[in-house]
Amino acid sequence: MSAEQHSAVPIRIYFNVFLTLLVLLVITVWVAYMDLGFLNTVVAMAIAVVKALLVILYFMDMRRGAHLAQIWAGGGVIFLLTLFCLSLGDYLSRLVF
Amino acid sequence: MPTNRRSKTPRRKRMSSPSDTIAVDAHGHGEHDELVSHQFEDLNQQTEAYSVGMWIFLVTELMFFGGLFAAYVIYRGKYHEGFIEAHHHLNVPLGGLNTAVLLTSSFSMALAVRSSMLGKWKSQIAYLYVTLICALGFLVIKAIEYTDKYHHHLIPGPNFNTEAFKDKGGELFMSLYFAMTGLHGIHVLVGVIVISVLIVRTWINRNRTMDYMPIEMSGLYWHFVDLIWIFLYPLLYLIGRA
Amino acid sequence: MSQVADYPGSVHAAEKTNYLNAEHSIKSWLLTVDHKRIAILYLISITVFFIIGGSMAALIRAELLTPAGDLISSDAYNKAFTIHGVTLIFFFLVPSIPAVLGNFLIPMMIGARDVAFTRLNLVSWYLFTIGGIFTICCLVVGGVDTGWTFYTPYSSSFSNTSVVLAVTGVFIAGFSSIATGLNFIVTVHKMRAPGMTWFKLPLFIWSNYATACIMVLGTPVLAITLFLVGVERVGRIGIFDPALGGDPILFQHLFWFYSHPAVYIMILPSMGVISELMACFSRNRVFGYDFVAYSSLALAGLSFVVWGHHLFTSGQSVYAGMAFSALSFLVAIPSAVKVFNWTATMYKGTVVLDSPMLYSLGFLGLFTIGGLTGLFLASLAVDVHLQDTYFVIAHFHYIMVGGAIMGFLGGLHFWWPKMTGRMYPETFGKLSALTIFIGFNLTFMPQFIMGYLGMPRRYHAYVPEFQVYHVLSSAGASVLIAGYAFTIAYLLWSLRYGEKASANPWAAKGLEWETPSPPPTENFNYKPVVHEEAYAYEPPVEDPEEEAHELA
Repeated sequence: MSAEQHSAVPIRIYFNVFLTLLVLLVITVWVAYMDLGFLNTVVAMAIAVVKALLVILYFMDMRRGAHLAQIWAGGGVIFLLTLFCLSLGDYLSRLVF
Repeated sequence: MPTNRRSKTPRRKRMSSPSDTIAVDAHGHGEHDELVSHQFEDLNQQTEAYSVGMWIFLVTELMFFGGLFAAYVIYRGKYHEGFIEAHHHLNVPLGGLNTAVLLTSSFSMALAVRSSMLGKWKSQIAYLYVTLICALGFLVIKAIEYTDKYHHHLIPGPNFNTEAFKDKGGELFMSLYFAMTGLHGIHVLVGVIVISVLIVRTWINRNRTMDYMPIEMSGLYWHFVDLIWIFLYPLLYLIGRA
Repeated sequence: MSQVADYPGSVHAAEKTNYLNAEHSIKSWLLTVDHKRIAILYLISITVFFIIGGSMAALIRAELLTPAGDLISSDAYNKAFTIHGVTLIFFFLVPSIPAVLGNFLIPMMIGARDVAFTRLNLVSWYLFTIGGIFTICCLVVGGVDTGWTFYTPYSSSFSNTSVVLAVTGVFIAGFSSIATGLNFIVTVHKMRAPGMTWFKLPLFIWSNYATACIMVLGTPVLAITLFLVGVERVGRIGIFDPALGGDPILFQHLFWFYSHPAVYIMILPSMGVISELMACFSRNRVFGYDFVAYSSLALAGLSFVVWGHHLFTSGQSVYAGMAFSALSFLVAIPSAVKVFNWTATMYKGTVVLDSPMLYSLGFLGLFTIGGLTGLFLASLAVDVHLQDTYFVIAHFHYIMVGGAIMGFLGGLHFWWPKMTGRMYPETFGKLSALTIFIGFNLTFMPQFIMGYLGMPRRYHAYVPEFQVYHVLSSAGASVLIAGYAFTIAYLLWSLRYGEKASANPWAAKGLEWETPSPPPTENFNYKPVVHEEAYAYEPPVEDPEEEAHELA
């Protein structure tokens, strides 16, 4: 976080983010009880990602954060995804699963 | 975390300005030198270093939990039915309540950091208390859940009730459940300690200029703990509820 | 031309007070936040583990002199190679260059007073030591016999040895590694002197920066994996237990996700040292600086997508194997780029064959052999025959010992005068470098051959056809051990009796040479400002007569 952002974020914005997060929580539980087949997981993860982004961008103030921190956070996620994807690649491509 | 170096001027009056600017001036060269460690040139450099350092630490935590998430993803693919069956033993309302509790704590933590930036120690302590209570509440609810599992012989090990699971992978699911929520719980506990220390320090230093980096870094840590739970809840509690 | 600008009144002369004699108490050492003292603390700790791991190697090579398993029991042999691997990988190679040379030099090379997080630096040494104590405890109560790779389900369910102590030790040491990496990244980003742009940095910094990135991204995955093994042993939760549906291959995926990048943690810093040595002892700038810099980053990135080549024969799918094989060929390219650039650095330079350069040249040849044999192993079909044979052992020892350790020794010799204020005896240095080179090749070259012929690894008894190779190998090992012992001996001797060193005995370029040997606690007693490129060595005079005519 560079020294320039010393203007504090208005409470109103934090409150709106908080409300949105609670609403998304309710939606995610509600959708879980519907039968959408494999879409259940997709929707649940999508909502989780949105919630995570709200926390990261607003509560953790990454919107105004230093570029270095943004690169590291993004990079970390990418490396985590490599772990998932390449391992999964092994399991999914086995003939006998 | 850097120690809050106390300003040498006693009883400096806190600025409570109508405009949202912080009390501690981070631009002054030579000002607030007592807050700057010897290896840094100025407060700016120190603040940036600590901020980047904290984010990188959070990346390591992400990779740490990431191994568990990888195991979860692979086993869920392998034992799809077993996982769905097993997770019915989890308490969705309690888990949901815990999620709401953590989200609230994140909100109050963000407000506490904001108060610190504005030099408002009273509201800072108040918000920190809210965060602390939420964190403790989370742990209490977790304890209730764990005790319930214990009574139903759902803790993996010699006393595990294998008959309750007809599909393969049930005990594996419970192992992952305890590993993931347990590790997360340890992080919440560490957070409780950190927040308590912050409350005490804010109180002790209430009349002095403080570096807001410690609380900002603690805030980042706490939000991270919330982030992990945001993913744990749907993955563990909400699969295949239909 | 000096690389730095002096402020009026600054003093360049050798100061009486330096970081070594600034304070003398034990407390001033154990509670120091000076990166240079922490580097020395690390040097002492890793030497202890070098001796432990080396002793295990001696035991192994002694046992393997004869085909029968007659010196020690098979259980004891399993413990010997396990401890050899665990101590030398996690407690010697991983910290060696970053924690000793990196800690000492990085702030100086960038013109800073210290690293970004000085107390975290000390904490990292304590974590390393505590992790080491756990491992030594494990040794004392009977050792561990799972191999340094801790494969499940043997390690998690069936082994009767102190697995939990060993994984706890490695777990804790892992956090030491993470702390060091984090510190280096922030230091290099935030604390460079004015004028020190990224592309004026010494390549040693680029290498250590890339290493730090790997440490930070990979080590946590090892930590959680070992944590799960420990929990499975203690609590009987079955993440890897096949009886409960657990998958041992999952362990291998998670383990090697760190452990392959870990081998780059071990070699990249050494490559950084070689860049410095090649430049100084060829009196030439490093050829293709940008390429070498980018190749460090490329290695760090690519190292994370090749781990499956350790799982070719374990039950991993063939398609995944093909993908990992292709990626493993890719990862060889940045290393090759570096080797070509170092060689080109020597071209038309004035090569000076001092001890550090001997180590550097040794590195060049041995790392190339090690790297090329890695390509054999990266080929899926060939690996089916070579996996778990001595070919693999020879391959990684060529890189780890012929590469990483020779780089470490070269760097240690090069910066010894800066760190200690004393010169080591140069003749002994040359003798030692030669002995180590000969001993090393005698030890490990026969292992390529016997591995190809089918000698399995981790076996303490073997068929008599292989004995001749084992005897050669063990003979080489005794020469190698003599070389190392001799090196440690004269380095220690030099602390007391070595010739006092000047600020820049090698006439090298770099900010660390612009300050006295040993340096004062705050590194520089002026504020460094950088104007020059890195390695601004003057080009050699082509024709002295012509030069004289031009000047006239």
